[in-house]
Amino acid sequence: MIPLAIENSDRYVGGAYLVFLLLLLIYVAIMAAKLQRIQRDLGSLAELAERPDARPERDVGQLRGREQEIEAVRQGGQR
Amino acid sequence: MATLLRSITLRRLAIATVVVLGAGYALAFLHAPEDADQGFIQKIFYLHVPLAIVALVGFIVAGLFAIQHLRTGDSKWDARSYVSIHLSVIFGVGVLLTGAIWAKGSWGVWWEWREPTLVSFLIVFLLYATYYPLRYAIEDRERQGRYASVFAITAGAFVPLNFAAVRAAQPLVHPRTFSDAGGLPGSMLLAFLVCLAGMALLWVTLVRFELASKQASGDLKRIRRALGGDGGPPTPARSIAPVATSAMSSMRAEGKP
Repeated sequence: MIPLAIENSDRYVGGAYLVFLLLLLIYVAIMAAKLQRIQRDLGSLAELAERPDARPERDVGQLRGREQEIEAVRQGGQR
Repeated sequence: MATLLRSITLRRLAIATVVVLGAGYALAFLHAPEDADQGFIQKIFYLHVPLAIVALVGFIVAGLFAIQHLRTGDSKWDARSYVSIHLSVIFGVGVLLTGAIWAKGSWGVWWEWREPTLVSFLIVFLLYATYYPLRYAIEDRERQGRYASVFAITAGAFVPLNFAAVRAAQPLVHPRTFSDAGGLPGSMLLAFLVCLAGMALLWVTLVRFELASKQASGDLKRIRRALGGDGGPPTPARSIAPVATSAMSSMRAEGKP
């Protein structure tokens, strides 16, 4: 059996709780850095989405095709 | 139960964690009496033991999530399993550090190799430390998730077996919590249980927090792809840890790669 060496209890108790708090703080700091990066990426994506020249090339919902058809019908009616 | 947990917002969960942990440590330091044998240093018990219990239960929970992942093929379960193991490993670091400090103050040594409780916990911790190299060694995400889940299930089954083996072994100096002989007096038990509940809440809060962060980063990737892929802002080097996205699971259900 190992002899008990209880001395400076306050120091050890404080140390243990401090180590836990430090560990928690490090984790939260890393997660905060990750969230900051996500926010930064989101900001640049929002800028990109708002730029008119950055719109996707593909015709979502085939709107351009339909617009051309409507225009052709309208022009045919006028003649 | 799962629906109830999902309905609680992260903010409420965080507030509940702070309140319960605060109450627990107030009870431990102001209400619970000093241990007759160890004195003030025994207050580490209210931190060290709840951390250990929550870390070990977290490993088992990760195994249960991994079973769900293998059953359904839904990547969200893999993400949950990964985050549970991640948090439990962090809690495990806390257990080892606070345990070493307690051992030094109480027994005069930082570590005791002849004590089965200490060595068995170290074995479990080192086992889970190999989860990361195993996971990151596989590039294909599908295979990575499957292998990681098999590991989480096998290691998760090892945890209770290991616990039972330690209980059966002859202790050297480490006391047994919740043993038949003796036990905690009422005020100490109350403080301990509140601390344990607070620590469990802290684990759940951090798991939810990390999952929310992973979800956000996964959604960002999807938006970038939808905006044209190459036209998006440059992507910095990222972790290949699983990302919980609903799109991934629906794509798999449709049989898309």
